[in-house]
Amino acid sequence: MTANKRGKRRWGEKAVQVLLTGAASTCILIVVLIFLFNAKEAAPFAAEPGLGALAAQRWSPVSFQEQVFGLLPLVTGSLLVTILATIIAVPFGVCGAVYLSEIAADPERAFFKPFIELLAGIPSVVIGFFGLIVIAPRLKSLFGLNSGLVALTGAIVLALMAVPTIVTISEDAIRSVPESYKQASLALGASRVQTIWKVIVPAALSGIVAAVMLGIGRVVGETMAVMMVTGNAALVTLSPFESVRTMTATIAGEMGEVAFGSAHYRALFWVGIVLLLFTFVLNIAAQRVLAKYRMFRA
Amino acid sequence: MAGGKTGAWSMLAVVLFAAAFAGCSRGNKGAGGADKSIIQIKGSDTMVHLASSWAEEFMKENKGVQTAVTGGGSGTGIAALINGTTDICASSRDIKPEEIEQAKAKGVEPKEFTVARDGIAIVINPQSPIEDLTTEQLRQIYTGEATNWNQVGGPDAKITVLSRESSSGTYVFFQEHVLDKQDYAASVRLMPATSGIIQSVSQDEWAVGYVGLGYAEQAGGKVKVLRVDGVEANEANVLDGSYPIARPLHLYTNGEPQGNVKKFVDFCLGEKGQAIVREQGYVTLK
Repeated sequence: MTANKRGKRRWGEKAVQVLLTGAASTCILIVVLIFLFNAKEAAPFAAEPGLGALAAQRWSPVSFQEQVFGLLPLVTGSLLVTILATIIAVPFGVCGAVYLSEIAADPERAFFKPFIELLAGIPSVVIGFFGLIVIAPRLKSLFGLNSGLVALTGAIVLALMAVPTIVTISEDAIRSVPESYKQASLALGASRVQTIWKVIVPAALSGIVAAVMLGIGRVVGETMAVMMVTGNAALVTLSPFESVRTMTATIAGEMGEVAFGSAHYRALFWVGIVLLLFTFVLNIAAQRVLAKYRMFRA
Repeated sequence: MAGGKTGAWSMLAVVLFAAAFAGCSRGNKGAGGADKSIIQIKGSDTMVHLASSWAEEFMKENKGVQTAVTGGGSGTGIAALINGTTDICASSRDIKPEEIEQAKAKGVEPKEFTVARDGIAIVINPQSPIEDLTTEQLRQIYTGEATNWNQVGGPDAKITVLSRESSSGTYVFFQEHVLDKQDYAASVRLMPATSGIIQSVSQDEWAVGYVGLGYAEQAGGKVKVLRVDGVEANEANVLDGSYPIARPLHLYTNGEPQGNVKKFVDFCLGEKGQAIVREQGYVTLK
Protein backbone atom coordinates (compact mmCIF):
# COMPACT_ATOMS: atom_id res chain seq x y z
CA MET A 1 0.00 0.00 0.00
CA THR A 2 2.77 2.39 0.92
CA ALA A 3 4.60 1.47 -2.26
CA ASN A 4 1.48 2.26 -4.27
CA LYS A 5 1.09 5.61 -2.53
CA ARG A 6 4.72 6.44 -3.11
CA GLY A 7 4.33 5.58 -6.79
CA LYS A 8 1.34 7.88 -7.07
CA ARG A 9 3.21 10.70 -5.42
CA ARG A 10 6.14 10.18 -7.77
CA TRP A 11 3.80 10.49 -10.74
CA GLY A 12 2.24 13.62 -9.31
CA GLU A 13 5.63 15.16 -8.75
CA LYS A 14 6.72 14.31 -12.24
CA ALA A 15 3.61 15.90 -13.72
CA VAL A 16 4.19 19.11 -11.80
CA GLN A 17 7.84 19.10 -12.78
CA VAL A 18 7.00 18.68 -16.46
CA LEU A 19 4.45 21.46 -16.20
CA LEU A 20 6.92 23.84 -14.61
CA THR A 21 9.67 22.97 -17.04
CA GLY A 22 7.22 23.55 -19.87
CA ALA A 23 6.25 26.96 -18.51
CA ALA A 24 9.89 27.95 -18.17
CA SER A 25 10.77 26.70 -21.66
CA THR A 26 7.98 28.74 -23.23
CA CYS A 27 10.14 31.84 -22.91
CA ILE A 28 13.06 30.12 -24.62
CA LEU A 29 10.73 28.80 -27.30
CA ILE A 30 9.35 32.27 -28.00
CA VAL A 31 12.83 33.79 -28.25
CA VAL A 32 13.91 31.03 -30.60
CA LEU A 33 10.77 31.45 -32.71
CA ILE A 34 11.31 35.20 -32.98
CA PHE A 35 14.88 34.61 -34.14
CA LEU A 36 13.74 31.98 -36.63
CA PHE A 37 10.94 34.15 -38.01
CA ASN A 38 13.28 37.10 -38.41
CA ALA A 39 15.89 34.95 -40.08
CA LYS A 40 13.33 33.36 -42.41
CA GLU A 41 11.98 36.71 -43.61
CA ALA A 42 15.45 38.23 -43.90
CA ALA A 43 17.23 35.29 -45.54
CA PRO A 44 16.26 35.83 -49.22
CA PHE A 45 17.99 39.21 -49.05
CA ALA A 46 21.33 37.37 -48.98
CA ALA A 47 20.66 36.02 -52.48
CA GLU A 48 19.19 39.19 -53.96
CA PRO A 49 20.54 41.89 -53.67
CA GLY A 50 23.17 40.27 -51.42
CA LEU A 51 24.40 41.01 -47.93
CA GLY A 52 27.03 43.44 -49.21
CA ALA A 53 24.15 45.87 -49.86
CA LEU A 54 23.72 46.29 -46.10
CA ALA A 55 27.23 47.70 -45.82
CA ALA A 56 26.42 50.76 -47.94
CA GLN A 57 26.80 54.18 -46.38
CA ARG A 58 23.21 55.38 -46.98
CA TRP A 59 19.69 54.28 -46.16
CA SER A 60 17.50 55.26 -49.09
CA PRO A 61 14.87 52.54 -49.57
CA VAL A 62 12.29 54.53 -51.56
CA SER A 63 13.89 55.76 -54.72
CA PHE A 64 13.30 56.08 -58.44
CA GLN A 65 17.05 55.76 -59.02
CA GLU A 66 18.50 52.98 -56.91
CA GLN A 67 17.38 51.56 -53.59
CA VAL A 68 20.18 51.66 -51.01
CA PHE A 69 19.92 49.66 -47.81
CA GLY A 70 23.03 50.66 -45.85
CA LEU A 71 22.50 49.99 -42.15
CA LEU A 72 25.32 52.27 -40.99
CA PRO A 73 23.24 55.44 -40.43
CA LEU A 74 20.58 53.50 -38.53
CA VAL A 75 23.09 51.72 -36.28
CA THR A 76 25.01 54.90 -35.49
CA GLY A 77 21.69 56.68 -34.92
CA SER A 78 20.53 54.11 -32.37
CA LEU A 79 23.95 54.01 -30.70
CA LEU A 80 24.22 57.77 -30.42
CA VAL A 81 20.76 58.22 -28.90
CA THR A 82 21.25 55.28 -26.51
CA ILE A 83 24.66 56.41 -25.27
CA LEU A 84 23.50 59.99 -24.73
CA ALA A 85 20.37 58.82 -22.93
CA THR A 86 22.45 56.57 -20.67
CA ILE A 87 24.85 59.39 -19.84
CA ILE A 88 21.89 61.54 -18.84
CA ALA A 89 19.84 58.91 -17.05
CA VAL A 90 22.44 57.07 -14.95
CA PRO A 91 23.52 59.94 -12.64
CA PHE A 92 19.91 60.96 -12.07
CA GLY A 93 18.75 57.40 -11.57
CA VAL A 94 21.51 56.29 -9.20
CA CYS A 95 21.54 59.51 -7.16
CA GLY A 96 17.76 59.35 -6.93
CA ALA A 97 17.94 55.78 -5.67
CA VAL A 98 20.62 56.67 -3.09
CA TYR A 99 18.51 59.58 -1.90
CA LEU A 100 15.35 57.53 -1.62
CA SER A 101 16.95 54.60 0.18
CA GLU A 102 19.55 56.29 2.38
CA ILE A 103 18.80 59.95 2.88
CA ALA A 104 15.08 60.60 2.50
CA ALA A 105 12.93 60.42 5.60
CA ASP A 106 9.86 58.22 5.41
CA PRO A 107 7.39 61.01 4.56
CA GLU A 108 9.69 62.29 1.81
CA ARG A 109 9.97 58.83 0.35
CA ALA A 110 6.22 58.37 0.53
CA PHE A 111 5.91 61.62 -1.41
CA PHE A 112 8.50 60.93 -4.15
CA LYS A 113 8.00 57.24 -4.78
CA PRO A 114 4.50 57.42 -6.36
CA PHE A 115 5.61 60.19 -8.72
CA ILE A 116 8.56 58.16 -9.96
CA GLU A 117 6.33 55.16 -10.48
CA LEU A 118 3.84 57.38 -12.29
CA LEU A 119 6.59 58.53 -14.65
CA ALA A 120 7.24 54.89 -15.52
CA GLY A 121 3.59 54.44 -16.41
CA ILE A 122 3.26 57.36 -18.85
CA PRO A 123 2.74 56.05 -22.41
CA SER A 124 5.73 56.71 -24.65
CA VAL A 125 3.65 58.60 -27.21
CA VAL A 126 2.68 61.11 -24.52
CA ILE A 127 6.31 61.57 -23.51
CA GLY A 128 7.16 61.96 -27.20
CA PHE A 129 4.51 64.65 -27.56
CA PHE A 130 5.93 66.42 -24.52
CA GLY A 131 9.38 66.22 -26.15
CA LEU A 132 8.09 67.66 -29.42
CA ILE A 133 6.18 70.57 -27.88
CA VAL A 134 8.23 71.38 -24.77
CA ILE A 135 11.78 70.03 -24.96
CA ALA A 136 12.58 70.52 -28.65
CA PRO A 137 11.87 74.29 -28.80
CA ARG A 138 13.76 74.89 -25.55
CA LEU A 139 16.83 72.96 -26.69
CA LYS A 140 16.70 74.86 -29.96
CA SER A 141 16.86 78.26 -28.25
CA LEU A 142 19.26 77.08 -25.51
CA PHE A 143 21.91 75.86 -27.96
CA GLY A 144 20.99 78.22 -30.80
CA LEU A 145 20.16 75.33 -33.10
CA ASN A 146 18.39 75.46 -36.40
CA SER A 147 15.88 72.84 -35.31
CA GLY A 148 15.08 71.12 -32.04
CA LEU A 149 14.55 67.76 -33.71
CA VAL A 150 17.98 66.32 -32.91
CA ALA A 151 19.55 63.30 -31.25
CA LEU A 152 19.88 65.11 -27.92
CA THR A 153 16.12 65.74 -27.73
CA GLY A 154 15.56 62.03 -28.31
CA ALA A 155 18.12 61.18 -25.64
CA ILE A 156 16.46 63.44 -23.06
CA VAL A 157 13.04 61.97 -23.80
CA LEU A 158 14.44 58.44 -23.51
CA ALA A 159 16.31 59.30 -20.31
CA LEU A 160 12.96 60.35 -18.84
CA MET A 161 11.70 56.86 -19.58
CA ALA A 162 14.77 55.05 -18.28
CA VAL A 163 15.11 56.95 -14.99
CA PRO A 164 12.13 55.31 -13.22
CA THR A 165 13.44 51.83 -14.10
CA ILE A 166 16.92 52.68 -12.84
CA VAL A 167 15.66 54.34 -9.66
CA THR A 168 13.23 51.59 -8.67
CA ILE A 169 15.59 48.65 -9.20
CA SER A 170 18.68 50.42 -7.80
CA GLU A 171 16.72 51.39 -4.73
CA ASP A 172 15.80 47.77 -4.09
CA ALA A 173 19.43 46.78 -4.50
CA ILE A 174 20.68 49.47 -2.12
CA ARG A 175 18.06 48.55 0.46
CA SER A 176 19.07 44.92 0.40
CA VAL A 177 22.64 45.77 1.47
CA PRO A 178 22.89 44.33 5.00
CA GLU A 179 22.48 46.89 7.76
CA SER A 180 25.67 45.56 9.41
CA TYR A 181 27.82 47.01 6.56
CA LYS A 182 26.54 50.46 7.31
CA GLN A 183 26.92 50.03 11.06
CA ALA A 184 30.48 48.75 10.69
CA SER A 185 31.43 51.62 8.40
CA LEU A 186 29.98 54.26 10.71
CA ALA A 187 31.59 52.57 13.73
CA LEU A 188 34.97 52.81 12.04
CA GLY A 189 34.52 56.53 11.85
CA ALA A 190 33.45 56.96 8.26
CA SER A 191 31.10 59.85 7.56
CA ARG A 192 27.62 59.28 6.13
CA VAL A 193 28.69 60.36 2.65
CA GLN A 194 31.75 58.10 2.79
CA THR A 195 29.59 55.22 3.97
CA ILE A 196 27.16 55.71 1.09
CA TRP A 197 29.70 56.01 -1.73
CA LYS A 198 32.47 53.75 -0.43
CA VAL A 199 30.47 50.97 1.21
CA ILE A 200 26.80 50.83 0.37
CA VAL A 201 26.85 51.69 -3.34
CA PRO A 202 29.73 49.31 -4.13
CA ALA A 203 27.95 46.56 -2.19
CA ALA A 204 24.80 47.15 -4.24
CA LEU A 205 26.69 47.52 -7.51
CA SER A 206 25.44 44.30 -9.08
CA GLY A 207 21.86 45.43 -8.61
CA ILE A 208 22.66 48.92 -9.88
CA VAL A 209 24.35 47.54 -12.99
CA ALA A 210 21.30 45.36 -13.62
CA ALA A 211 19.08 48.42 -13.19
CA VAL A 212 21.15 50.43 -15.69
CA MET A 213 21.12 47.57 -18.18
CA LEU A 214 17.35 47.28 -17.92
CA GLY A 215 17.10 51.03 -18.38
CA ILE A 216 19.29 50.85 -21.50
CA GLY A 217 17.17 47.97 -22.73
CA ARG A 218 14.12 50.18 -22.60
CA VAL A 219 16.01 52.97 -24.39
CA VAL A 220 17.26 50.79 -27.25
CA GLY A 221 13.85 49.31 -27.94
CA GLU A 222 11.80 52.48 -27.55
CA THR A 223 10.18 53.57 -30.79
CA MET A 224 7.35 56.04 -30.69
CA ALA A 225 8.84 58.79 -28.56
CA VAL A 226 12.15 58.74 -30.38
CA MET A 227 10.42 58.74 -33.77
CA MET A 228 8.54 61.90 -32.85
CA VAL A 229 11.51 63.98 -31.74
CA THR A 230 14.72 62.95 -33.51
CA GLY A 231 13.76 64.16 -36.99
CA ASN A 232 14.48 60.72 -38.53
CA ALA A 233 17.05 61.90 -41.07
CA ALA A 234 19.31 58.94 -41.88
CA LEU A 235 22.61 60.76 -41.27
CA VAL A 236 25.86 59.16 -40.17
CA THR A 237 26.87 61.43 -37.33
CA LEU A 238 28.22 61.50 -33.80
CA SER A 239 26.96 64.98 -33.04
CA PRO A 240 24.15 65.27 -30.50
CA PHE A 241 22.91 68.30 -32.44
CA GLU A 242 22.18 66.50 -35.70
CA SER A 243 19.04 64.61 -36.64
CA VAL A 244 19.32 60.81 -36.51
CA ARG A 245 17.17 57.88 -37.58
CA THR A 246 17.09 54.95 -35.15
CA MET A 247 16.58 51.32 -36.11
CA THR A 248 13.29 51.13 -34.24
CA ALA A 249 11.87 54.26 -35.90
CA THR A 250 12.89 52.90 -39.31
CA ILE A 251 11.03 49.64 -38.79
CA ALA A 252 7.97 51.39 -37.39
CA GLY A 253 7.91 54.08 -40.05
CA GLU A 254 8.42 51.89 -43.07
CA MET A 255 6.97 48.47 -42.30
CA GLY A 256 3.41 49.69 -42.84
CA GLU A 257 4.02 50.80 -46.40
CA VAL A 258 6.53 48.31 -47.69
CA ALA A 259 5.50 45.84 -50.41
CA PHE A 260 5.39 42.33 -48.93
CA GLY A 261 8.40 40.23 -49.97
CA SER A 262 10.31 43.10 -51.61
CA ALA A 263 14.00 43.80 -50.99
CA HIS A 264 12.98 46.73 -48.80
CA TYR A 265 10.79 44.40 -46.69
CA ARG A 266 13.69 41.95 -46.27
CA ALA A 267 16.06 44.78 -45.42
CA LEU A 268 13.75 45.87 -42.59
CA PHE A 269 14.02 42.38 -41.14
CA TRP A 270 17.79 42.73 -41.26
CA VAL A 271 17.38 45.91 -39.26
CA GLY A 272 15.36 43.83 -36.79
CA ILE A 273 18.10 41.21 -36.59
CA VAL A 274 20.75 43.82 -35.92
CA LEU A 275 18.52 45.30 -33.22
CA LEU A 276 18.14 41.85 -31.65
CA LEU A 277 21.89 41.30 -31.71
CA PHE A 278 22.30 44.72 -30.13
CA THR A 279 20.20 43.78 -27.11
CA PHE A 280 21.79 40.33 -27.04
CA VAL A 281 25.30 41.77 -26.77
CA LEU A 282 24.07 44.24 -24.19
CA ASN A 283 22.74 41.42 -22.03
CA ILE A 284 25.90 39.36 -22.34
CA ALA A 285 27.97 42.39 -21.41
CA ALA A 286 25.78 42.92 -18.35
CA GLN A 287 26.27 39.31 -17.29
CA ARG A 288 30.03 39.64 -17.68
CA VAL A 289 30.12 42.75 -15.52
CA LEU A 290 28.06 41.02 -12.89
CA ALA A 291 30.22 37.88 -12.92
CA LYS A 292 33.42 39.90 -12.59
CA TYR A 293 31.99 41.92 -9.75
CA ARG A 294 30.87 38.81 -7.87
CA MET A 295 34.35 37.36 -8.24
CA PHE A 296 35.85 40.40 -6.54
CA ARG A 297 33.40 40.16 -3.70
CA ALA A 298 34.23 36.52 -3.11
CA MET B 1 -16.28 75.19 -38.43
CA ALA B 2 -14.54 74.25 -35.20
CA GLY B 3 -17.78 72.86 -33.77
CA GLY B 4 -18.38 70.78 -36.87
CA LYS B 5 -14.92 69.33 -36.66
CA THR B 6 -15.23 68.28 -33.05
CA GLY B 7 -18.50 66.66 -34.03
CA ALA B 8 -16.77 64.75 -36.79
CA TRP B 9 -14.10 63.47 -34.46
CA SER B 10 -16.42 62.36 -31.72
CA MET B 11 -18.60 60.69 -34.34
CA LEU B 12 -15.53 58.95 -35.67
CA ALA B 13 -14.64 57.71 -32.21
CA VAL B 14 -18.13 56.34 -31.69
CA VAL B 15 -18.06 54.64 -35.06
CA LEU B 16 -14.67 53.06 -34.46
CA PHE B 17 -15.86 51.82 -31.12
CA ALA B 18 -19.00 50.35 -32.63
CA ALA B 19 -17.02 48.82 -35.46
CA ALA B 20 -14.63 47.17 -33.03
CA PHE B 21 -17.53 45.42 -31.34
CA ALA B 22 -19.61 44.68 -34.38
CA GLY B 23 -16.54 43.34 -36.15
CA CYS B 24 -16.52 40.45 -33.73
CA SER B 25 -19.86 39.11 -34.79
CA ARG B 26 -20.12 40.01 -38.46
CA GLY B 27 -17.60 38.63 -40.89
CA ASN B 28 -16.62 40.15 -44.20
CA LYS B 29 -19.03 39.16 -46.91
CA GLY B 30 -17.29 38.59 -50.20
CA ALA B 31 -15.62 40.98 -52.59
CA GLY B 32 -17.28 44.32 -53.19
CA GLY B 33 -19.21 44.02 -49.94
CA ALA B 34 -22.73 43.22 -51.10
CA ASP B 35 -24.71 43.85 -47.91
CA LYS B 36 -22.24 45.31 -45.53
CA SER B 37 -23.51 47.44 -42.71
CA ILE B 38 -19.99 48.51 -41.77
CA ILE B 39 -17.71 50.09 -44.33
CA GLN B 40 -14.00 50.24 -43.61
CA ILE B 41 -12.07 53.10 -45.21
CA LYS B 42 -8.33 53.09 -44.76
CA GLY B 43 -5.34 54.87 -46.24
CA SER B 44 -3.99 58.32 -46.93
CA ASP B 45 -3.37 60.64 -44.00
CA THR B 46 -3.93 63.54 -46.37
CA MET B 47 -7.48 62.34 -46.94
CA VAL B 48 -8.38 61.46 -43.36
CA HIS B 49 -10.27 64.70 -42.64
CA LEU B 50 -12.06 64.46 -45.95
CA ALA B 51 -13.01 60.82 -45.55
CA SER B 52 -14.32 61.27 -42.02
CA SER B 53 -16.46 64.23 -43.12
CA TRP B 54 -17.86 62.12 -45.94
CA ALA B 55 -18.49 59.29 -43.51
CA GLU B 56 -20.30 61.58 -41.08
CA GLU B 57 -22.68 62.95 -43.73
CA PHE B 58 -23.13 59.55 -45.33
CA MET B 59 -24.20 58.00 -42.04
CA LYS B 60 -26.75 60.77 -41.49
CA GLU B 61 -28.35 59.88 -44.81
CA ASN B 62 -28.06 56.12 -44.47
CA LYS B 63 -29.16 55.04 -41.04
CA GLY B 64 -27.98 51.60 -40.14
CA VAL B 65 -24.79 51.83 -42.18
CA GLN B 66 -21.63 52.54 -40.27
CA THR B 67 -18.30 53.71 -41.59
CA ALA B 68 -14.91 53.50 -39.93
CA VAL B 69 -12.11 55.74 -41.19
CA THR B 70 -8.45 55.14 -40.40
CA GLY B 71 -5.27 56.76 -41.72
CA GLY B 72 -1.75 55.38 -41.83
CA GLY B 73 -0.62 56.38 -45.30
CA SER B 74 -1.65 55.51 -48.84
CA GLY B 75 0.65 52.50 -48.97
CA THR B 76 -0.88 51.14 -45.78
CA GLY B 77 -4.35 51.53 -47.28
CA ILE B 78 -3.41 49.79 -50.52
CA ALA B 79 -1.80 46.94 -48.56
CA ALA B 80 -5.01 46.64 -46.53
CA LEU B 81 -7.09 46.48 -49.72
CA ILE B 82 -4.83 43.74 -51.06
CA ASN B 83 -5.05 41.80 -47.80
CA GLY B 84 -8.82 42.22 -47.67
CA THR B 85 -8.85 44.14 -44.38
CA THR B 86 -10.53 47.23 -45.80
CA ASP B 87 -13.47 47.82 -48.15
CA ILE B 88 -12.28 51.12 -49.52
CA CYS B 89 -8.73 52.38 -49.75
CA ALA B 90 -8.15 56.13 -49.80
CA SER B 91 -4.95 56.95 -51.67
CA SER B 92 -3.21 60.20 -52.50
CA ARG B 93 -1.08 58.50 -55.16
CA ASP B 94 -1.77 56.17 -58.08
CA ILE B 95 -1.53 52.47 -57.33
CA LYS B 96 1.82 51.05 -58.51
CA PRO B 97 2.02 48.32 -61.15
CA GLU B 98 3.67 45.97 -58.60
CA GLU B 99 0.76 46.52 -56.25
CA ILE B 100 -1.75 45.69 -58.97
CA GLU B 101 0.15 42.47 -59.62
CA GLN B 102 0.16 41.57 -55.93
CA ALA B 103 -3.55 42.32 -55.71
CA LYS B 104 -4.30 40.09 -58.69
CA ALA B 105 -2.26 37.29 -57.12
CA LYS B 106 -4.60 37.47 -54.14
CA GLY B 107 -7.73 37.69 -56.27
CA VAL B 108 -8.28 41.39 -55.65
CA GLU B 109 -9.15 43.68 -58.59
CA PRO B 110 -8.42 47.28 -57.55
CA LYS B 111 -10.85 49.72 -59.17
CA GLU B 112 -9.96 53.39 -59.15
CA PHE B 113 -12.30 56.34 -58.50
CA THR B 114 -10.80 59.82 -58.62
CA VAL B 115 -12.80 61.79 -56.06
CA ALA B 116 -10.95 65.09 -55.64
CA ARG B 117 -7.79 66.99 -56.44
CA ASP B 118 -5.29 68.26 -53.93
CA GLY B 119 -2.57 70.86 -54.15
CA ILE B 120 0.57 70.33 -52.10
CA ALA B 121 1.38 73.49 -50.22
CA ILE B 122 4.97 74.47 -49.41
CA VAL B 123 4.92 75.82 -45.88
CA ILE B 124 7.44 77.90 -43.97
CA ASN B 125 7.50 79.84 -40.74
CA PRO B 126 5.42 83.06 -40.81
CA GLN B 127 8.50 85.05 -39.73
CA SER B 128 10.55 84.02 -42.74
CA PRO B 129 10.92 86.67 -45.44
CA ILE B 130 10.66 84.13 -48.27
CA GLU B 131 7.45 84.40 -50.33
CA ASP B 132 8.16 82.47 -53.48
CA LEU B 133 10.16 79.44 -54.65
CA THR B 134 10.40 77.75 -58.02
CA THR B 135 10.01 73.99 -58.44
CA GLU B 136 13.69 73.93 -59.45
CA GLN B 137 14.66 75.61 -56.18
CA LEU B 138 12.50 73.13 -54.27
CA ARG B 139 14.28 70.30 -56.03
CA GLN B 140 17.64 71.77 -55.02
CA ILE B 141 16.52 72.15 -51.41
CA TYR B 142 15.15 68.63 -51.10
CA THR B 143 18.03 66.90 -52.89
CA GLY B 144 20.57 68.77 -50.77
CA GLU B 145 22.07 70.88 -53.57
CA ALA B 146 20.94 73.98 -51.72
CA THR B 147 21.47 73.93 -47.97
CA ASN B 148 21.36 77.64 -47.22
CA TRP B 149 18.49 80.05 -47.84
CA ASN B 150 20.90 82.46 -49.55
CA GLN B 151 21.28 79.93 -52.38
CA VAL B 152 17.60 80.34 -53.22
CA GLY B 153 17.30 84.09 -52.81
CA GLY B 154 16.89 84.33 -49.05
CA PRO B 155 19.00 85.47 -46.10
CA ASP B 156 22.08 83.61 -44.86
CA ALA B 157 20.60 80.79 -42.76
CA LYS B 158 20.74 77.03 -42.89
CA ILE B 159 17.62 75.35 -44.25
CA THR B 160 15.86 72.78 -42.08
CA VAL B 161 14.20 70.53 -44.62
CA LEU B 162 11.12 68.58 -43.52
CA SER B 163 9.36 65.78 -45.35
CA ARG B 164 6.82 63.08 -44.59
CA GLU B 165 7.91 59.49 -43.87
CA SER B 166 8.52 57.29 -46.88
CA SER B 167 5.22 55.47 -46.21
CA SER B 168 3.36 58.63 -47.24
CA GLY B 169 1.79 59.00 -50.68
CA THR B 170 2.80 62.65 -50.58
CA TYR B 171 6.46 61.62 -50.17
CA VAL B 172 6.40 59.56 -53.33
CA PHE B 173 4.40 62.12 -55.29
CA PHE B 174 6.78 64.90 -54.28
CA GLN B 175 9.78 62.76 -55.17
CA GLU B 176 8.39 61.98 -58.59
CA HIS B 177 7.09 65.41 -59.59
CA VAL B 178 9.22 67.95 -57.71
CA LEU B 179 12.49 66.09 -57.16
CA ASP B 180 12.31 64.85 -60.73
CA LYS B 181 12.68 61.26 -59.43
CA GLN B 182 15.96 62.04 -57.68
CA ASP B 183 16.64 60.89 -54.12
CA TYR B 184 15.89 63.00 -51.09
CA ALA B 185 19.04 64.19 -49.32
CA ALA B 186 19.96 62.12 -46.25
CA SER B 187 19.70 65.22 -44.08
CA VAL B 188 15.99 65.68 -44.84
CA ARG B 189 14.01 65.13 -41.64
CA LEU B 190 11.22 62.60 -42.09
CA MET B 191 8.22 63.36 -39.90
CA PRO B 192 5.82 60.55 -38.99
CA ALA B 193 2.75 62.80 -39.40
CA THR B 194 1.62 65.95 -41.18
CA SER B 195 0.88 67.55 -37.82
CA GLY B 196 4.57 67.10 -36.97
CA ILE B 197 5.55 69.14 -40.03
CA ILE B 198 3.15 71.96 -39.13
CA GLN B 199 4.38 71.88 -35.52
CA SER B 200 8.07 72.03 -36.50
CA VAL B 201 7.59 74.70 -39.14
CA SER B 202 5.68 76.87 -36.69
CA GLN B 203 8.57 76.61 -34.21
CA ASP B 204 11.52 76.90 -36.54
CA GLU B 205 11.92 80.10 -38.55
CA TRP B 206 14.21 78.48 -41.15
CA ALA B 207 12.28 75.28 -41.79
CA VAL B 208 10.46 74.33 -44.95
CA GLY B 209 7.98 71.49 -45.36
CA TYR B 210 5.16 70.27 -47.57
CA VAL B 211 1.61 69.38 -46.59
CA GLY B 212 -1.74 68.93 -48.35
CA LEU B 213 -3.38 72.25 -49.24
CA GLY B 214 -6.44 71.42 -47.15
CA TYR B 215 -4.25 70.76 -44.15
CA ALA B 216 -2.29 73.98 -44.62
CA GLU B 217 -5.50 76.03 -44.73
CA GLN B 218 -6.71 74.46 -41.51
CA ALA B 219 -3.40 75.23 -39.82
CA GLY B 220 -4.26 78.92 -40.31
CA GLY B 221 -1.68 81.46 -39.18
CA LYS B 222 0.75 78.91 -37.72
CA VAL B 223 2.49 78.54 -41.09
CA LYS B 224 2.94 80.58 -44.25
CA VAL B 225 2.11 79.03 -47.61
CA LEU B 226 4.59 79.91 -50.38
CA ARG B 227 3.88 80.69 -54.00
CA VAL B 228 5.44 78.12 -56.31
CA ASP B 229 6.70 79.33 -59.69
CA GLY B 230 4.94 82.58 -58.83
CA VAL B 231 1.53 80.90 -58.56
CA GLU B 232 -0.42 81.11 -55.35
CA ALA B 233 -1.52 77.79 -53.85
CA ASN B 234 -5.29 78.02 -53.87
CA GLU B 235 -8.31 76.15 -55.15
CA ALA B 236 -8.73 78.08 -58.38
CA ASN B 237 -5.11 77.62 -59.40
CA VAL B 238 -5.15 73.90 -58.63
CA LEU B 239 -8.35 73.52 -60.64
CA ASP B 240 -7.10 75.32 -63.74
CA GLY B 241 -3.77 73.52 -63.53
CA SER B 242 -1.58 76.59 -63.12
CA TYR B 243 -0.37 75.56 -59.65
CA PRO B 244 2.43 73.10 -60.40
CA ILE B 245 2.25 70.69 -57.45
CA ALA B 246 -1.20 69.13 -57.57
CA ARG B 247 -2.41 65.57 -57.71
CA PRO B 248 -5.58 63.54 -57.88
CA LEU B 249 -6.98 61.81 -54.79
CA HIS B 250 -8.44 58.35 -55.28
CA LEU B 251 -10.65 55.78 -53.67
CA TYR B 252 -9.92 52.16 -54.56
CA THR B 253 -12.35 49.29 -54.14
CA ASN B 254 -12.03 45.58 -54.78
CA GLY B 255 -13.78 45.09 -58.12
CA GLU B 256 -16.94 46.96 -59.07
CA PRO B 257 -18.37 48.24 -55.76
CA GLN B 258 -21.75 46.93 -54.69
CA GLY B 259 -24.37 47.62 -52.07
CA ASN B 260 -23.41 50.11 -49.41
CA VAL B 261 -19.84 50.45 -50.65
CA LYS B 262 -21.21 51.56 -54.03
CA LYS B 263 -23.58 53.94 -52.26
CA PHE B 264 -20.65 55.47 -50.43
CA VAL B 265 -18.51 55.91 -53.54
CA ASP B 266 -21.48 57.42 -55.40
CA PHE B 267 -22.08 59.73 -52.46
CA CYS B 268 -18.48 60.99 -52.58
CA LEU B 269 -18.69 61.64 -56.32
CA GLY B 270 -22.15 63.20 -56.03
CA GLU B 271 -23.13 66.78 -55.36
CA LYS B 272 -23.06 66.54 -51.56
CA GLY B 273 -19.77 64.69 -51.49
CA GLN B 274 -18.15 67.25 -53.75
CA ALA B 275 -19.52 70.07 -51.60
CA ILE B 276 -17.68 68.48 -48.67
CA VAL B 277 -14.53 68.32 -50.79
CA ARG B 278 -14.75 72.10 -51.24
CA GLU B 279 -15.53 72.67 -47.55
CA GLN B 280 -12.45 70.72 -46.52
CA GLY B 281 -10.16 72.86 -48.67
CA TYR B 282 -9.63 70.37 -51.48
CA VAL B 283 -10.48 70.93 -55.09
CA THR B 284 -13.49 69.38 -56.77
CA LEU B 285 -13.27 67.50 -60.02
CA LYS B 286 -15.19 70.05 -62.09
